[in-house]
Amino acid sequence: MVHIGLWKAVAGAAVALVVSAGLAAAQDARDASAPPKAGGTLTAIIQPEPVILTAALNTAAPTGIVTGSIFDGLVDYDANLKAVPALAESWETSKDGLTFTLHLRDGVKWHDGKPFTSADVKWTLEEVWKKIHPRNQAIFAKVTSVDAPDDRTVVLHLSQPSVAILSSLNSNGAQVLPKHLYEGTDILNNPYNNKPVGTGPFVFKEWSRGNYIVLERNPEYWDKGKPYLDRVVFRVIPDAAARSAALEKGEVQWGVLSPVPLKDAERLAKLPNLRVSTEGYEWLSPWLFADFNVERGPLKDVKVRQALAQAIDRNAISKVVWFGFAKPATSPIPSTLAAFHDAGGIAYDYDPKKAEALLDAAGYKRGPDGARFTLDIDYIPYGDDYKRTAEYLKQALKRVGVEANVRSQDTAAFTRRVYGDRDFDISITWFAAFSDPQVGVNRAYWSGSIGKNIPWTNGSGYRNDKVDALISATQGEGDPEKRIQLFKDLQKTVLTDLPTLPLVELKFFTVEAANLKHPKASGDQVYGSFRDFWIDDGKPTEAKADTPKSN
Amino acid sequence: MARYLKRSLGQIAFVIIGIAVINFFLLRLAPGDAAQVMAGEAGSATPEYMAALRQQFGLDQPLYVQFLSYLKNVLTLNLGYSFRQGMPVSELIALRLPATLLLMGTSIAFAVSVGGTLGFLAARHAGRLADTVISSVALVFYATPVFWIGVMLVVVFSVLLDWLPVGGMASIESGLTGLGYAADVAQHLILPALTLGLFYLAIYTRLMRASMLEVYGQDFVRTARAKGVRPRRIALRHVLRNALLPIVTTLGVQLGSILGGAILVETVFAWPGLGRLAFEALFQRDLNLLLGILFCSSVVVVFVNLAVDLAYTVLDPRIELS
Repeated sequence: MVHIGLWKAVAGAAVALVVSAGLAAAQDARDASAPPKAGGTLTAIIQPEPVILTAALNTAAPTGIVTGSIFDGLVDYDANLKAVPALAESWETSKDGLTFTLHLRDGVKWHDGKPFTSADVKWTLEEVWKKIHPRNQAIFAKVTSVDAPDDRTVVLHLSQPSVAILSSLNSNGAQVLPKHLYEGTDILNNPYNNKPVGTGPFVFKEWSRGNYIVLERNPEYWDKGKPYLDRVVFRVIPDAAARSAALEKGEVQWGVLSPVPLKDAERLAKLPNLRVSTEGYEWLSPWLFADFNVERGPLKDVKVRQALAQAIDRNAISKVVWFGFAKPATSPIPSTLAAFHDAGGIAYDYDPKKAEALLDAAGYKRGPDGARFTLDIDYIPYGDDYKRTAEYLKQALKRVGVEANVRSQDTAAFTRRVYGDRDFDISITWFAAFSDPQVGVNRAYWSGSIGKNIPWTNGSGYRNDKVDALISATQGEGDPEKRIQLFKDLQKTVLTDLPTLPLVELKFFTVEAANLKHPKASGDQVYGSFRDFWIDDGKPTEAKADTPKSN
Repeated sequence: MARYLKRSLGQIAFVIIGIAVINFFLLRLAPGDAAQVMAGEAGSATPEYMAALRQQFGLDQPLYVQFLSYLKNVLTLNLGYSFRQGMPVSELIALRLPATLLLMGTSIAFAVSVGGTLGFLAARHAGRLADTVISSVALVFYATPVFWIGVMLVVVFSVLLDWLPVGGMASIESGLTGLGYAADVAQHLILPALTLGLFYLAIYTRLMRASMLEVYGQDFVRTARAKGVRPRRIALRHVLRNALLPIVTTLGVQLGSILGGAILVETVFAWPGLGRLAFEALFQRDLNLLLGILFCSSVVVVFVNLAVDLAYTVLDPRIELS
């Protein structure tokens, strides 16, 4: 125990350092005393390499990171996840909630010079978001028809109110594709998927496979005077130690989604030329959890699941396993979604004695070898941190007499095992909750997708008609207050039945060069654009009129 | 000779097609498919999305249809299409080939020349100080993990001394062309080639030393000595030439695996080579791409083998091919 105590102290100190350094640095980044300076090249890390450069067809993180600067969103999200104008200047919902109207910005052009109009939005919604997009089929499900009365107006007609739509209209959530290049083609195999044409501040230039992606400044950008940077180069750097070295040396100035190992973050944060910050991930709101396979063995018993929950110290997971880059989770809806987050007073505090008592009561007494039963734990193979989480669970469960095997496999085998073959007892993975739990949380509990081999759906095998009804009600409820109540009821039910144990809310971090300047990171900065970024090379600049941001 | 070549070529065609067929079925034993990986990476999925991907990848076809179309492709030397990358496989390989050949060529050339020389020197001074030093150094490089050497070289020469770039193949930011570009690539090449070269170098040093010493013990060398031939001439004309056969064999094996690249070194130095491409294709279940790379590798292996056989006859006229 002394050992663990020591670790906690070390990790705690590390966190304090990183956080304080991050805060100081963030202050610095927002220091608006100097006017933005034009010019320069920003080199950023992109890892893993994207598969495709069109986020409308693949919502994987690397695609989102690169295309955030090539495509504008209809809206952007500020740090409080409030929608702010981008391609859409304003929007309104009718009183009955059944019509949603977007007013588009005038004078926006695609990178090939063609005007951006409501026809592009209408076409993308009908042909891509509703048909191919991996997330948006659910979000836009209530859209019955789309009108484009003029070039700058888009009207969505809904069968039921659909509040979640406005929470997913940024460049990553709902990327608008140029109709003139896609209409009538085989969309998934369209060559422009890998040489995208957008409306954003940067124009796609070159993609050298396995090597780098280059974007260049869009001189015709609608937000005059922006972007400030001449070029953005995304470099593929597969090795974690090499990423640390490249950042330390200043060869790259920007890396998102925890680009270096957690233990390196602490060291890099102390360097004068770098800063480490956890801002810009609010729109993602990632939560890490353990799915209990409720269709198998002792975990069928809700008492056993509740017992195991109390055998696991979520504080230790966040401080020791995740080096403080996490916060203990009490509910499947992360606390960053403040309006919806409410555990309903249900807490599974760490109490191994009580866990043992519950397991005894459930009829699983310790055998002669001290073991009650054995479980298989599988974890998402996204790196050491997830593996350590699985190993921590193994140790914690052993303390209450439950043996566990930690099994490793690659991503394809993992998703097949959990979402297809269902051959596991506990699976550890993370979801992005997104700014509306309808998008990121409901999918973990909806029974319609069980065992259909669809990754990142209901992995526990939990079937509850009441929960299914609540989920369907949240999709069609127009009154925000009533909808919040529905989500509170949902949290209460699933935390009682506990098919899924929320472990921690992850805090991804960004490592950036100290002389890279930008306004406060937006809530979706990780998938956002470099429009407002500039490099302070320390040289005096000739005064350049700072164009006020048009919104 | 002509008969030998004719028979060999027949065997080669048979072997290559056999390998291709085995690969096809072997790779399908891996759990999960490309659509699942894509959906997994996307972080969200629906049945409709999965179906669209499977259709795009041709995974909705029955296995025998997939196999027949693959076989047709192999027989017409068409490597197929990587739906994941949205490019023909041959194009993807061609894009990565120069980087791989440059890295592997440089490091193997370095290893053979320097390693061979060191082994030669060690054998000539067997048992003396020079031999001990060379053998020890070779042993250290042989025993040290390649990726560790790589990371240490980066820490020392890139981060601390700031002499060389951390990784990548060229400074994209500088927009150099012509000679400037070549110099830039050469600068980026030093550390990865050295990392890989030092490991190979150890192999060639040890091999050359051992095989020279073996030849030194043979009767014809004693005869030459008794005749009064000068030691340098004995070493070069009599011993070295005979000791080269194992080197050529090892070189052949190594050249055969050249397309596999060096995954570790390519990863540590962000070198855009074929090894990483193959490695990633495996994890992404991009079977068309992986089959394409394996097919090319098998072709290279069998032809290098043939070349090694021919090289034997040149080095040692006593060997006959029949």
